Amino acid sequence: MRPMSDDMTVLASLEDVSAGYDHHTVLTDVDFRVHTCDFTGIVGPSGAGKTTLLRLLLGTLAPMSGTATHAKGARVAYVPQLETVDWNFPITVEECVLMSRPQSRWWPRTTSAERTAVRDVLERLGIAGVSHRHIRDLSGGQQQRMFLARALLRDPELLLLDEPTSGVDVSTRHDMLHLLGDLNADGLAIILTTHDLNGMAAHLPHLVCVNHRIVGEGSPEQVLTPPVLEATFGARMEVLEHLGMRVVIDEARTMRAVGDE
Amino acid sequence: MEELIAPLGYAFFTKGLLVATLSGALLGLIGVYIVLRGMSYIGHGLSHSIFGGFAAVQLFAAQFYILGAGLWGVASALAINAVSRRSRVGADAAIGVITTASFALGVALFSKFGTSGPAFDNALFGSILGISVEQIIGLVAVSILTLTFVLMRYRALLFTTFDPHVAEVSGVNVRRLEAALMVVLSLAILATLTVIGVTLVAAMLVIPAVVARMLTDSFSRMLVISTIVGAASGVVGMYLSYFAGVPSGTMIVLVGAAVFLVVLAITGGRGLRKTAGMDHHSELVAAPAR
Repeated sequence: MRPMSDDMTVLASLEDVSAGYDHHTVLTDVDFRVHTCDFTGIVGPSGAGKTTLLRLLLGTLAPMSGTATHAKGARVAYVPQLETVDWNFPITVEECVLMSRPQSRWWPRTTSAERTAVRDVLERLGIAGVSHRHIRDLSGGQQQRMFLARALLRDPELLLLDEPTSGVDVSTRHDMLHLLGDLNADGLAIILTTHDLNGMAAHLPHLVCVNHRIVGEGSPEQVLTPPVLEATFGARMEVLEHLGMRVVIDEARTMRAVGDE
Repeated sequence: MEELIAPLGYAFFTKGLLVATLSGALLGLIGVYIVLRGMSYIGHGLSHSIFGGFAAVQLFAAQFYILGAGLWGVASALAINAVSRRSRVGADAAIGVITTASFALGVALFSKFGTSGPAFDNALFGSILGISVEQIIGLVAVSILTLTFVLMRYRALLFTTFDPHVAEVSGVNVRRLEAALMVVLSLAILATLTVIGVTLVAAMLVIPAVVARMLTDSFSRMLVISTIVGAASGVVGMYLSYFAGVPSGTMIVLVGAAVFLVVLAITGGRGLRKTAGMDHHSELVAAPAR
């Protein structure tokens, strides 16, 4: 269990929750709390219920049983998986980032204050100068940052990201991890899903392992262990310690890779 | 030049020109949302469904037909909206059955009890004859309503169209907005029904928006271009319809199609590629990814 202090308020909590779609249960017996200042990775194989857990925390999916509570008035922002986006949609980066700001007047003109806000957030994320490009004309890392910018423009207290590093290269993943770390240090609670154990999960302060239920929760040292990983992924994995970091070796995958050579 | 001014001497033509221009602009504007949401099929179905109500109400309570057909249209729009929300699989089939059945009912009622041929043909293919002042007032009112809706809810509509799931999380009432869009769409179809025609309304929802998409990558510019292309097709189509003596709807659609071909020739495959994905039928609720 993590140390608890008085300044950590609960932003969202799930108690004894089961959830799924069309009478098909994906998650059962979930007890989970999100506090201010959390930086948590949800880890598990595809179809294990990672996105379902995110949707429960977002409040867009109601539990089949149990209770989901969300802190009143807490601003939540969400960054979707890049694969779910319609990249042919006619929209520029500025138009995309701005849509998360509610329209203040009846005439939909962008005010100079709004334009400055967009420029500031794009600058902070290191993608100033792309604001008039079409969203398809950005690199994967820039696209990810654009959606992060859209989320940040809401000035959220809780940020949820679905597979923020899938399909991006190693250096982009590294930058993204740093960026999220900085945002968390500024007081933003962050929950993300990932299937990347070594590149992402091992670097986060807190992990939740999911396989239709919560298999384990704690620091990487506590949950990146062979028994928890086998219960999560259904395959034996070896764990090494390298420069104080956990490195997970997927035996099945390594065997396959060797066999392919 | 004189040939263009001469028809304006006829009151029926000036009325027709006004209605055609406004109809083209209205369908062009709202068509952007319909096309980008992949709802072209819903627009097509809705126009057929409205025809059923139009026929039924005209026979049984002719004096209230605008009101009656309006109610029928809004009811079908909300029903279609509910069907497409509830089940992803089978929504197309359900919409197909409901709307074609309504259309068939309209045809049956017209054939059995209806006044003779012209009224029927006019409703199907559009006519500039016999446009009443009430119809013009109705069209102007619906146009003002649509424009106000699009302007006042601009960002929320854009967010819902681009990314409904994230919009919902970000405080947009997606469900209510989608229902409102369907109501506005049904009113727009109803108001333009007599001049464009039931069978051709869907084309005028799609063509200007696709042309606009081929010409720009910006959403706000797409709205403006689509509206202009729709209005221009209305004006030119109405003149051609007058000179050629064919139903107005057919000429308006043919002009739109000609504009599409010209833009296609100018932009080449580059423009057409931008429209990729528009033929996907909309999933009004984001699919439950896991």
